[in-house]
Amino acid sequence: MKALVLLELEVPGDTAVDYQYPATGNPPQSSGTSLSAHADVTVTEASLRALGVGRALAGTGSLAAVVFGDADAGGGLPGVLAEHGVGDVYLVGSAVVAGYAPQAWARVIAGLIEETGATAVLAAATDRGNEVMAHLGAITGLPMAANCLSVSAPAPADGGYVITRQRWAGLLEEEAVLDAPVALLTVAAEAIPPTEADAPSGSGAPPEAAEVHRVVPDISGMAPSPGAVCAPAIPDGDLVVRAVESPVRDGGGGASLATARVVVGGGRGVGGADGFAPLEELASLLGGVVGVSRVVTSEGWRPHRQQVGQTGTKITPELYLACGISGAIQHIAGCSGAKHIIAINTDPGAPILAHADYAVIGDLHEIIPALVAAIRARSAAA
Amino acid sequence: MEILVCVKRVPTVGGRITLTGDGLGVDTRMSGFTISPHEECAVEEAVRITERLGGTVSVLTLGPESAIEQLRGALALGAGRAVLLETDGREYGPIATATAIASEIGSRAAAEPGYDLALFGNEASDTGDYQVGIRVAHLLGWPVVTGIKSLDVSADGVVARREYRGVEEAYSLPLPAVVTVKEGLNLPRYPSLPGRLRAKRAPVERVEIKDVSLPEGLRKTRLRVPEGGTHQATVLGEGVAAVPELVRVLDELGILS
Ligand SMILES: Cc1cc2nc3c(=O)[nH]c(=O)nc-3n(C[C@H](O)[C@H](O)[C@H](O)COP(=O)(O)OP(=O)(O)OC[C@H]3O[C@@H](n4cnc5c(N)ncnc54)[C@H](O)[C@@H]3O)c2cc1C
Repeated sequence: MKALVLLELEVPGDTAVDYQYPATGNPPQSSGTSLSAHADVTVTEASLRALGVGRALAGTGSLAAVVFGDADAGGGLPGVLAEHGVGDVYLVGSAVVAGYAPQAWARVIAGLIEETGATAVLAAATDRGNEVMAHLGAITGLPMAANCLSVSAPAPADGGYVITRQRWAGLLEEEAVLDAPVALLTVAAEAIPPTEADAPSGSGAPPEAAEVHRVVPDISGMAPSPGAVCAPAIPDGDLVVRAVESPVRDGGGGASLATARVVVGGGRGVGGADGFAPLEELASLLGGVVGVSRVVTSEGWRPHRQQVGQTGTKITPELYLACGISGAIQHIAGCSGAKHIIAINTDPGAPILAHADYAVIGDLHEIIPALVAAIRARSAAA
Repeated sequence: MEILVCVKRVPTVGGRITLTGDGLGVDTRMSGFTISPHEECAVEEAVRITERLGGTVSVLTLGPESAIEQLRGALALGAGRAVLLETDGREYGPIATATAIASEIGSRAAAEPGYDLALFGNEASDTGDYQVGIRVAHLLGWPVVTGIKSLDVSADGVVARREYRGVEEAYSLPLPAVVTVKEGLNLPRYPSLPGRLRAKRAPVERVEIKDVSLPEGLRKTRLRVPEGGTHQATVLGEGVAAVPELVRVLDELGILS
């Protein structure tokens, strides 16, 4: 079993990775942060969890990673990846596949399947992960199973890979058999526990660092690159759709919702657009952000990007403080990945209490300002 | 502008999901049916675009005869034409669904002014496969972008935007194109009474599905409702009197450090 995992990277101080444009290709349209400028790029938490599932699937076989970025991306990356059990890392030079171009990324991975003989390809079930893997499914004609929770290597008796995956945004789980020469899977990262980095395997010493292979795709009009391991051809059509990145215009906020350490949630109980100031204050005091229920966005009190839930964002904070939120299953679908949930609600029978660790019964309009005052007083005393 | 919107009939899910006895389906005896919020936004967006630029909104669903109910729902919101790719009740996976839809789009292009834009929901709320729109685009050789929450359409092409990890991504696509959208793209209108009356009488084109093979490589063996939500929260107290206790818990959880 040979598993290949698509990893997404994170640059500190920057919420997403930007890619350099080629000198000969299209002009730079984004701010053009080069990965090599950041020695400390890291793999996103979601990708690490997908890597954990890939490692379990590969078992005694081999585990490889594919990363899109600058050729000398984050000096330490191969070492970090080795700790996670990765033997080979395929670095796809951004100077060629400029910007996030989902179809071109998938074409490169299709080439790597041929090159490496991988029998499973995994990615975190993020917007990008699902998108690239669906393209890969369409390019290869293979089925793609989205939002998997577990997968086991194919046994003859099962007729294929036995997987569990989410349906209904996690309200249901499906057991299924995936019968395909290469398994294409995305992993519902927020629903599976973080996996510890592999301890050095009993017998031999762990490798120093994952072996780096530079991948330089073949794009018409560009000079072939020496020293590249494999050169999948990228048809021009694959590069039609690509992202031009810019900072979120009206302030963002919800942008970091998915990765915030603390989320202060507000629902219908907040009562109106002007009721959110104390929640904002509490959130910034705790180093977190505000998230909301669908009632709040459909009333137009807050922008949709702050919505938590089935049709909003899935969050994975240390703490979710749900204020004036009843806890409908579509909302829970987005916050069940929180480590701890505390509810503030006037109704002791609200469904959210069945998902929360702690609850305070009462009016959020009184409790939140009192909580803000108490936390301020505490830090003033310290 | 000729716009196709693809929607899927799914059970309306309220407080919890109940499974059928064989564990292979959702028990819908007590529930109604609907389309996903993403698809409601797709219909609304298509209607707004044609209000501005002219043209027709066609709504399409692949499903059993009963899915005509969802087509009429879209007609009531302003779609002008409805197409049912009629199934025999068997479950179609994403590959078969995409094959049937692409073949319908292709045959229309051959006979009439074809579609300029095909809109889908980013994912269906029931199966959550995240791929039908992309597979259709590949079959047609059209560009595609997914998860879109802002769309500017002109005769020349579309500029589609979404946010990813705190960064706005803008995509420019030539037409014809496939775009899959998410809730938040707009606030869908409610159907008007005249709209509903018109929808009731409007014809629905029924198309027979050819050349798809079922089942696909991914075969469902069982569904289950995950556990959780069965415990009860520890109540720290009532009103502002509970705040000191709440602060203590926040500290204990390491939130205040
Ligand atoms: C297909 C589909 C997708 C959906 N997707 C989402 C989604 O992504 N996210 C989402 O959130 N919802 C989603 N929903 C909607 C969901 O079903 C609920 O309608 C919604 O979550 C309810 O929001 P709420 O909890 O704010 O409001 P309510 O259910 O009305 O609850 C308000 C709560 O506030 C409490 N309260 C009132 N006043 C106060 C006060 N002064 N102090 C303290 N507590 C107070 C009440 O006791 C109550 O518990 C979806 C629904 C469907 C059908």
